[in-house]
Amino acid sequence: MKELLEGSRAVAEAVKLCKPGVISAYPITPQTHIVEELAQMVASGELDSQFINVESEHSAASVVLGAVATGVRAFTATSSQGLLYMGEVVFNIAGMRLPLVMTCANRAISAPINIWNDQQDSISLRDAGWIQLYAENNQEVVDFHLMGYRISEDKSMMLPVMVCMDGFILTHGMEMVDMPEQEKVGIFLPPYQPLYKLDPAFPISMGLLADPDYYMETRFAIKETLKDALQFIPKVALEFKNIFGRDYKDCLVEEYHTKDAEKVIVAMGSVCGTIKEVVDEFRKKGKKIGLLRIISFRPFPYQRVYEILKDIPRVAVLDKSVSLGAYSPLAIEIKAAFAGKKKAPQAISSFVAGLGGRDITPESIKDILRKLTQKEIDLEFIDLKPELLKESYGD
Amino acid sequence: METDTLFKPGHTACAGCGQAIGAKLVIESAGPNTIVVNNTGCLEVFSAKYPESAWNVPWIHSLFENAAAVASGVEAALIYLGKKANTNVIAQGGDGSTADIGLQALSGMLERGHDILYVCYDNEAYMNTGVQRSGLTPFSSATTTSPVGAKSFGNIRPKKPMPEIALAHGIPYMATCSSAFMQDIQRKIKKALSIKGPKYIQMHVPCPLGWRHESELTLQVAKLAVETGLYPIVEYENGVLISKGEITPKPVEEYLKVQGRFKHLLTNPEAIKQIQDIADYNIQKYGLKKEG
Ligand SMILES: Cc1ncc(C[n+]2csc(CCOP(=O)(O)OP(=O)(O)O)c2C)c(N)n1
Ligand SMILES: [Mg+2]
Repeated sequence: MKELLEGSRAVAEAVKLCKPGVISAYPITPQTHIVEELAQMVASGELDSQFINVESEHSAASVVLGAVATGVRAFTATSSQGLLYMGEVVFNIAGMRLPLVMTCANRAISAPINIWNDQQDSISLRDAGWIQLYAENNQEVVDFHLMGYRISEDKSMMLPVMVCMDGFILTHGMEMVDMPEQEKVGIFLPPYQPLYKLDPAFPISMGLLADPDYYMETRFAIKETLKDALQFIPKVALEFKNIFGRDYKDCLVEEYHTKDAEKVIVAMGSVCGTIKEVVDEFRKKGKKIGLLRIISFRPFPYQRVYEILKDIPRVAVLDKSVSLGAYSPLAIEIKAAFAGKKKAPQAISSFVAGLGGRDITPESIKDILRKLTQKEIDLEFIDLKPELLKESYGD
Repeated sequence: METDTLFKPGHTACAGCGQAIGAKLVIESAGPNTIVVNNTGCLEVFSAKYPESAWNVPWIHSLFENAAAVASGVEAALIYLGKKANTNVIAQGGDGSTADIGLQALSGMLERGHDILYVCYDNEAYMNTGVQRSGLTPFSSATTTSPVGAKSFGNIRPKKPMPEIALAHGIPYMATCSSAFMQDIQRKIKKALSIKGPKYIQMHVPCPLGWRHESELTLQVAKLAVETGLYPIVEYENGVLISKGEITPKPVEEYLKVQGRFKHLLTNPEAIKQIQDIADYNIQKYGLKKEG
């Protein structure tokens, strides 16, 4: 049934459908509405779950870690400083091979403090061993939560999934969302069947010290599983389509007019909606523009990216985060997809936009397209204000 | 199940490790229907190094400072599963993980009212990383980060009043104990686990390496800490003092002189007096002195 919902409400409804037995979170803008909605559902008895109000994100992540280790499906959500604050636990959850879904309401990182959207938070934790899915709209946000649990809890995966949704733009945006039916969710996502758990009947030890004789293989195993995830995520997307009718293809990337394109923009998240509008506008005028949207940033679908872009003359990569002192994060991956390959675009130019919530308008996208020539651009910030760059501190 | 197999021998604790004695007593007193959540620290390292584990109960280690929070999640999950009534949850860690970096997580756990017993093994420094000072390192104690020198007399602050901090959360049970008094430990663990809600127990556990005493003196050193009044043994139920370890106070020098960490004090009567003042204050405060 289609309903007009705020993004955060949609997340809460989706989480409710997944029936987590334990929910723990700590408030941070723009994640708050999600957990407030869930608290309300638990308070009203609509959702049978233990809602644990903790004193920090570090503890929120630790509580869900403990719950999953005890064999119960759990949920948490955070953003920005909260994600960094729980960063240690984020790595820990993946290292302990515990399945979990966490929503990241994407927001900029301090200093300076800024509550608005970019993707620096989740991108900064890209190496933690989580699957990271970036949603374009709130329908995807809902569907990715369902798929997230399905992927995460599969015995072949046992890795956590972070559903990344742009703060405010999606969390606070009102959209028509087709909420899945509980009955169908029950078929798609059976109750959590832990592979291992803390249970006095079968005592096991979890989280042991691994010395140099053993540590590396744990990382190798996660790497291999994430490689397998490139095959498994598409399988789950197909199951999802068969039950709910929505088709996310391989759910790793989305191609939008890329086949014959002369210029393709690569981006992630809600900005792709804006890019699609610009693509449509250009296509009407006969200009061969396309969009490659990355859905799964981890695992990164290098092979798919290679196949889609190898014959595209010019590629612009739009990042909503930076890796200060290096190329920007998405650009690094796109360039890497062509390293040592015979075919490659003439230019893979890197652009950063929308940091700290600065609007990315259709004009910003057109600016990128104008700048996308044969000459590769290393890294250019779009919509910078030159007047703000003049301030200097001493000589 | 025999409870004496819950914490198996063969772990890699140092000879004379007070924490190893304490941890064994704790789990044996708690019994097999117990889930243990351990902070990072000596105990975690010497008892659970892959591919071996000394634990014969479900046991989990996540990070240095989050056992109280992980245990909260374990407890919440057990409630959800309807299994809390017959399962104990114990969170445990060293003094550093408890009183310093993990204080926030512990405070959250105590304040939220989880049915969890938290045990702090107080060896009075960060031992696992090589004897650095913690918030529970005693006044004037020499550690690797509070060394003695021309401008330093060891640790500059007295112990953080962790038992009182725990008590101030309004928890139903709080006790201190010492590895020298094993029956007292057993009794307190059992008692704590019979009470619903958050419980805090702090156990004094000598570390021969860090305190620089002979490893066969562990129990004697622990006993002296109690007998001098430097480690008051108290027990509170619902905020009321229900028992205390009464002593015929010995001079603190007897405790100080057997440990290298206090060696620099022995030639300095003024310094010893300062330590004696701490003991006297404790004796006075809790009324530890045996009558007659
Ligand atoms: C966030 C973090 N900071 C620091 C450390 C390093 N570290 C591991 S154990 C430890 C000391 C533990 O001291 P304590 O809690 O008193 O336990 P003990 O080893 O003395 O029993 C430290 C500092 C860590 N693992 N994680
Ligand atoms: Mg210690």
